[in-house]
Amino acid sequence: MNAAKVIGRVVATAKWKTLEGKTLLLLQPTDWSGRAKGDIIVAADSVGAGAGEFVFYVKSREACFSWLSGDKQLLDEMPPLDATVMGIIDGVDMIDDDDGKVKDGK
Amino acid sequence: MKICKVVGNVWATRKQACLNNHTLLLVAPYDTETGKTKGETVMAVDVVGAGKGNIVLVNDEGNSARGMLEQPVAGIRTVVCGIVDESLLDGKHRKFH
Repeated sequence: MNAAKVIGRVVATAKWKTLEGKTLLLLQPTDWSGRAKGDIIVAADSVGAGAGEFVFYVKSREACFSWLSGDKQLLDEMPPLDATVMGIIDGVDMIDDDDGKVKDGK
Repeated sequence: MKICKVVGNVWATRKQACLNNHTLLLVAPYDTETGKTKGETVMAVDVVGAGKGNIVLVNDEGNSARGMLEQPVAGIRTVVCGIVDESLLDGKHRKFH
């Protein structure tokens, strides 16, 4: 799972049926200290995140798994998603006894 | 699986139910030869009780993650599934705790 900042929303009227009812957010991926990193992506929101919030999201196939109901993996229920916002970050604690070796987070 | 170092933790009140009661750790790929972290820091779910500074085994694959968490449809991919005691590479033993 990776960190990102919510920077906006996307609206699409014509979309695949399993995407209906899902909020699509624009995310700017960041490192864990909040610095922007890489290209902007579109992710579905499962927790009610709003613009400006610091969130974490899951990539790849697991992005659509969190939308499935029950305990079965039903292919026709799977939304076409490659990123889903899984939670809103309240705080991050990084160790600093590492003399700058943690390139990504410090 | 990768050898990683636990470099931090994250707390979040609003999150998906599949993440409840699990520690969220930040892990960075770890080079056992140089003892330095390198590459991208990601968040992983802990199932073994690892803590900050530990050298751990991180599995980045969804099917086994769902198996370990016993949640068939959880949106979780990255799991800390072991704490490394020592490694042997090129005849060199390294102990990590």
